[in-house]
Formats: sequence, C-alpha cells, structure tokens
Amino acid sequence: MIKAISLAIALMMPGTAMAANNVSLSSDVFVERKVAKPNGTTALILEQPTTVTPGDKLVFVVNYKNVGSAPATDFSVTNPLPKAVAFNGTSDGTEIVSVDGGKNWGPLADLTYLSGNGNVRPALLTDVTHVKWTFNRALSAGSGGKLVFRGTVK
Amino acid sequence: MTGMENAQTQDLGCQLPLRAASIVSRRLALAVGTAALALGSPAAQAAGTLAGTDIVNVAQATYDSPEGGTPITIDSNKVTIKVDELLDVTVVSSDPGDVATAPALTTQVLTYQVTNSGNGSEAFTLSADTAKPGDEFDTGFEQTILDSNSNGVYDPGVDTIYTPGTNDPVLAPDESIAVFILSTIPASANDGDRAEIELSAVANTGNGTPGTIFAGQGDGGGDAVIGTTGARDADSGFFVIQASDVTLTKSATITDPSGGTQPVPGAVILYQLVATTVGSSDVTNLAISDDIPAETTYKSGTITLEGAPLGDAASDGDAGSFDGDSIAVALGTVPGGQTRTITFQVVID
Repeated sequence: MIKAISLAIALMMPGTAMAANNVSLSSDVFVERKVAKPNGTTALILEQPTTVTPGDKLVFVVNYKNVGSAPATDFSVTNPLPKAVAFNGTSDGTEIVSVDGGKNWGPLADLTYLSGNGNVRPALLTDVTHVKWTFNRALSAGSGGKLVFRGTVK
Repeated sequence: MTGMENAQTQDLGCQLPLRAASIVSRRLALAVGTAALALGSPAAQAAGTLAGTDIVNVAQATYDSPEGGTPITIDSNKVTIKVDELLDVTVVSSDPGDVATAPALTTQVLTYQVTNSGNGSEAFTLSADTAKPGDEFDTGFEQTILDSNSNGVYDPGVDTIYTPGTNDPVLAPDESIAVFILSTIPASANDGDRAEIELSAVANTGNGTPGTIFAGQGDGGGDAVIGTTGARDADSGFFVIQASDVTLTKSATITDPSGGTQPVPGAVILYQLVATTVGSSDVTNLAISDDIPAETTYKSGTITLEGAPLGDAASDGDAGSFDGDSIAVALGTVPGGQTRTITFQVVID
C-alpha cells in the first residue's frame, strides 16, 4: 500500500516538472559602443560585452516563449536590477517597477521612495530595484516575445 | 535597437495588455525571493562601481501551473559582466590663493590634493615642476612630501618624503591624499614677483588617450581603461613675494634766538623724521625712535605725528614718548607705500 502511494506521487511529479518547463526565458545584456566609421560619422552599435566601465549604457533583453503545449496563465516576467546598474526605463512604458526591493509595485510615477532619514519623496528612475511586466492574457502555447529595458553602469 | 524593443511574436500581438498593478499579488513573493540571489554587487562609489564587480543579471517568469496550486517561477540564464577599472585622477591646488613668501626663505610650502577619481585601487606617480615658464621667478625644489598623517598640514619630520617609484601613493577609489611641495625662495626674487609650481600625477597602470585598454591590468581582475581625465592631471599653486622695507629721512631746521638759522646756544632745532614704507605687505609694529643729540636738551611737549601733538609720557595713551634720552613714536602696522611724519624739537645747550 505504501508502495502504491509512492508510485502515485512519483507519477504526479513528472507532470509538475513538465509544466514547469513549458516557458523558456533567456536574458541578454548588450552595451552601446560608439564606433567611428570611415566616412567620419559615429555609429552606435550594440555588442555583448564581457566587461564594462562605469557610465556604459546597457540594454537588457528578456526573451520569453511558451514552449509547452498548454497556455501559461497569470504570466509575468520580473528582472531584478543588478545593484551596479541604474534603471533608464523602457521604450514602451508598459512595465511596473519596485523601488523597495520588490515589496511594492506600480508605475514609477505612482511610487514614493522612503529615504534613510525617513523622508518620503516621489520615486526616481535611479531608485528602481525591480522591473516587472504582467500580462492579463494567457501566454498561449508556442507564443513568445521580447522585453527590453535600459540601464547605466553606476 | 528600436526594432528589437518593439518585437513581439506570434499570436501575442504587438502589445499585451497589462494587469493592473494592484492586482499583482501573492505571486510576487516567490519571484522576489529568488531575485535577491541575483544581486550581490558592492555599493557604488562616486567614482562608479568598484572595479572587479560582477554585474549579474537574471530574469524570472512566473505563471500558473496547468494543474493549479503554487505558481511556477523559472529563472533565465545568468549573464555576468565584469566592471573594468577606469583610470582617472584629479590634482587640485589646495591653497586658497597666492602664498605669500619672502626672498631667501626655505621650506616654503604649497599644498595639493591628489584624488583617485577612478573606480579601482591605483598607484600614482607624482612630479613637481618648479621651472614653469611665464612666471617671474623659479623656486629651488626641495622635496615632495606625502601627508602621511592625513591632517592636511605639513608636519616636518612626521610626513613622508616622496620618492618616485619607491613610495608612489596607492589610493582607493575616491580616496585623496594631500601632497606638499617644499621650495627655497631665491634671494634675488623681487617684491610682487610670482612663481608657479605645478604638481602632476599619472596613474602607474598607464595614461594617455581616454578609452585605451590595458588588458588584464585592472583592479579586480578585469581590464584597466583610461578614463576621461586621461589618467593624468596637474594643477599649479603660486608663491608671491611680499617684501617690505622702511626708509627714514631726517632733516633739521634751526631757528636761533635772533631769528636767524645759526646753531648757537639757545637756538631751537626742529627735527623732522619721515618714515616711508615700501613693498606690497604691511609693516607691523613699526616704531621710530631718535636719540636726543649731545649738547642739546629736548624741548618738552614738542613731539608731533602727522602734525598732531603727542604727549611725552609713555603712559599717556598716545603713540609718543620721551624717556630722558630719546623720543619714540609707535606707529603700529603701516601698509606698504605710505609715509608717517614725526617732528620734535631740541634746544642747543
């Protein structure tokens, strides 16, 4: 009898594991580099760096795709900002952010920042600790997309 | 890049409607829990993130399990980028203006502040230039001194003598050190002359064109990259000679009892002393005294300063006095380029 229960649990586990694997998520970080072109103009190119210096402008790209066979509901993507990166925003503005390590969320304009001395002020881009995209429609099987935000190396 | 940001694929359309922020709820706890693992960089300095810091980025996706129950959270791949060392330095003269000095003085101090404005620990080579062109004189270079007790003031015998290549100061990011250049002022320097003394600092890893990379030589294991300062800087301090001197001119006018100008007994001699200060600085505690000549007697109550009579007693509160042998007038501090006229009278015995 005990064996039978164990077997039942074992049979359930692979199903859970498969469900966990049905969305793939990949992160890429690019840096903007200025390259002088032969005609005298300067081109802005993106490259995947191994090293950067303070002040470098970074572009974070998160690719997501539902690689399973079932829709993923209540789908959201969160990217905590590395501490050495200051948030520079997204181009479409559809993200919500947190300025307190993920406790409170909302559009940046709706958030306030509690400074160390107890003062409360409107939150700034540089306060952002997490970026998050939430979707109110299920991510259907086979679908995916790309989320982009920018940051600067502090 | 713009194209990439707008990319949405397949049946999602180009823009997914957003869930209202307030509805985002319990599912966050898990995502936040794993988020903390992706951090771990030290706090940023004014000079920027410390060299050698790894920037680690991981994204998370959260969605409901098809079977219900606990939502599923998955991590993306981890992207790690190392922060290179930026080589930057600033040198600033700390003296508020020209430092007053005088000819032939030694151990005259100018003070500078050298700051590592890069983001890694770095050694700097210092050099003093006392022979800058365009000034009126050059000082004799004595020593460059490091403010080893960090009090900002040159302490002879306490602060360390700097020897290039031997004790180049190693500064942490944002750290500063005061540097003193000691000079001998030439005896030939003239009043009002200025001397420019320059201190320069260069990063030992390298300096030159911003953006130049020294592979693998960065603090913390990355590359070293020359920053916007070129990893070299210099600033100048100035000495100005403030000499002062006093010339004293004495003249005598005789009036004899018969109205003539013969130096006969009973004739009155009016002595006039004109003190003239020259130079750019004040003369302090200037006191003029004059012995009463032999064979004459001081005529009491005749001391004047700028035409105003002064009392003879030392204790009467004015600047003049007569002590039985000589008269004296205390002029105190007199700015350069002024005159003070003193008169007194004696009678020929």
